[in-house]
Amino acid sequence: MNYFDYLQIFVYLLLLVALTPFIGNYMFKVFDNKPFKTKGVFSWLENGIYKLIGVKSDSQMDWKQYVFALLSFNLIGFLFVFAIQLIQKQLPLNPQQLENVSWTSAFNTAVSFMTNTNWQGYAGETTMSYFTQLIGLTVQNFISAATGFGVALVLIRGIRNKLSSNLGNFYVDITRSVVYILLPLSILLSVVLIGQGVVQNVSEYKTVTTVENVQQVIPQGPAASQIAIKQLGTNGGGFFNTNSAHPYENPTPLSNFLEMLAILLLPSAFVYCYGKMVNSVKQGWYIYLTMFILFVVGLGVSLYSEYHFASGIFEGKELRFGTINSIIWENATTAASNGSVNAMHSSLSPISGLIALFNMMLGEIIFGGVGAGFYGMLIFVILTVFIAGLMVGRTPEFLGKKIEAFEVKMAILGIIAPSFIILVFTAIACTTDVGLSSLLSKGPHGFSEMLYAFTSAAANNGSAFAGLNANTNFYNLMIGVGMLVGRFGVIIPVLAIAGSLSQKKVIPVSSGTFRTDNFTFVGLLIAVIIIVGSLTFFPALSLAPVVEHILMISGKTF
Amino acid sequence: MTILTGVIYPLLITIIGQTAFTSRANGSMIVVNNITVGSELIGQKFIGSQYFSGRPSSIDYNPLPSCGSNLSITSEDLKLKVKRNIAVFDSINQIPVSQSIPYEMLYASGSGVDPHISVMAALLQINRICKTRKLSNSDMLQIENLISQSTESRQLGFLGEERVNVLKLNIELDKKFKSPLIPNGEIRN
Repeated sequence: MNYFDYLQIFVYLLLLVALTPFIGNYMFKVFDNKPFKTKGVFSWLENGIYKLIGVKSDSQMDWKQYVFALLSFNLIGFLFVFAIQLIQKQLPLNPQQLENVSWTSAFNTAVSFMTNTNWQGYAGETTMSYFTQLIGLTVQNFISAATGFGVALVLIRGIRNKLSSNLGNFYVDITRSVVYILLPLSILLSVVLIGQGVVQNVSEYKTVTTVENVQQVIPQGPAASQIAIKQLGTNGGGFFNTNSAHPYENPTPLSNFLEMLAILLLPSAFVYCYGKMVNSVKQGWYIYLTMFILFVVGLGVSLYSEYHFASGIFEGKELRFGTINSIIWENATTAASNGSVNAMHSSLSPISGLIALFNMMLGEIIFGGVGAGFYGMLIFVILTVFIAGLMVGRTPEFLGKKIEAFEVKMAILGIIAPSFIILVFTAIACTTDVGLSSLLSKGPHGFSEMLYAFTSAAANNGSAFAGLNANTNFYNLMIGVGMLVGRFGVIIPVLAIAGSLSQKKVIPVSSGTFRTDNFTFVGLLIAVIIIVGSLTFFPALSLAPVVEHILMISGKTF
Repeated sequence: MTILTGVIYPLLITIIGQTAFTSRANGSMIVVNNITVGSELIGQKFIGSQYFSGRPSSIDYNPLPSCGSNLSITSEDLKLKVKRNIAVFDSINQIPVSQSIPYEMLYASGSGVDPHISVMAALLQINRICKTRKLSNSDMLQIENLISQSTESRQLGFLGEERVNVLKLNIELDKKFKSPLIPNGEIRN
């Protein structure tokens, strides 16, 4: 690594931390409906939407009503995206006459974009019409991110409430998320991206005659508007097949830097927003510190592996970004549940791949998805408080709320559901011919490809070891189910926890209270996260990247 | 919500993009003598020995769809490909064995259409290009100048890597030294 490499990491981390309080404070004002300067610019839009759908901005839901609203709204979104893929040939904005999508692929994609996974079993430029990309996928990019915010907000309200079951209104939450946060930031980012060279048009693909007199067909499309929200909303589904490695999605080092920053910006800021909302900014920063430490350590190991064991190997990387930006991106995208890529993860060094896998296996809690990372982390916080309570023999409490059997059961459910999918589905894939026939690589890397696919699905990440041919009926359906369980298998327990906490009374802090705003807590939280993650996945990880690493050192190839 | 985020938002961005950055929003196309020869962002294949060649591509620079090789580090296939790339680069460019080849010329890009190579990779090809185009030593210096003119430095002084756009460089090369009339697209080494 040279001086520029260090500088780029430093500036990236610095900007991320520096922007956190600003954006976080803005989010706080938006979600708690406080006045702020630029509110008038968007509030007419907010109120217009309420009028249109007939919702009062101060109406409240309990947790079950919230679950119902969330599920039905997502279901409609799913059916809509599913349907337009099946008939896109008959719809407008399809200058390339792309065929209708097969039903398994359409199912997979619809689930994928609804659950904020944005796994791509398909190649964008040869599968999806502009109509599908805009009306189907771009919309879901917004909705799924806003849904993440909604769930996280309910959890916070549950912690804040005293003896109440009013947890806010789903429609209000997603409207505010979109109108005040996601939309303005996306507009800003997409315009800058176009300035850097990202395409934004609805033209036919351009056929050019190259300097050597050969025909080259260059795909076009309304890419910038989708890329901005795909990065900001931790979605990650690219417009083109190779995602942000494609020069039309990510043309310059500056566009790369901004897209990379956008991956972690909102999840990072939301932690600060949480601190403000529960009136304990200090505790917010300690949770932030936990995430930051996990991120930096992962990044460090990943960089060491890449520079030490695979220096000079440049397969699947783009020259304009270099190794350094490929690895920062890889870590950011798997820590957050983004899943966009700017280098091919399959071709990175095995331990670097392991860190990517491990980031996802922990459940995307290192900043994580928009909203989703935060509520995932709070599950671990509840578990940590519980374990700490057991150690000192007191009833555990968190911010004045008693943590009892129901909360712990739900927290465990939220941790086990995705893990179950990862391990069991990988086991099914590697013991059936139909699962194995999609592999590109022989040897341990083949196992990694399957493990990565189901981890990515269950964690709602969406990045891939793309050697695996996942556009088969088997993988489309299995991964589709994996994404559903990974998303709603966590959301529903979290909302249940919120509902239960909401109705409890607040116990005043005493000298016997286990404090959650100091370094002891950070240490304990990290320990719990690592132990749970390692115990669940150590065998699988040993069989895949660890073995591959050892074989690579001894020079073995397959 | 669908109308807001699926119609109004992209429409707004398209209008802003098309007005403020017309060329960029439409793919940064390069036009030479009224013919669109490509996009400055999308790499294209150069096989003629009178041109600078770009990086290996697992899709042969045909971006429908874009794709990397996805080969793992422990793949035998990758090992053989790299070995072949070294041999080809060495023999075409007559490079002394002691000279190491920049790694981007040995490994395929992620997108399959990476438009750049490093300055070193361009410099190593000068000899061969001069020979094919029957140029003198002073012309050689001019080509070196062309390379340094086409070099894009780190953005804002620190972001990314220093790099040369292969397509732009080759267009400049043809402008400066008339392309020797070789039936294009057919010449192989």
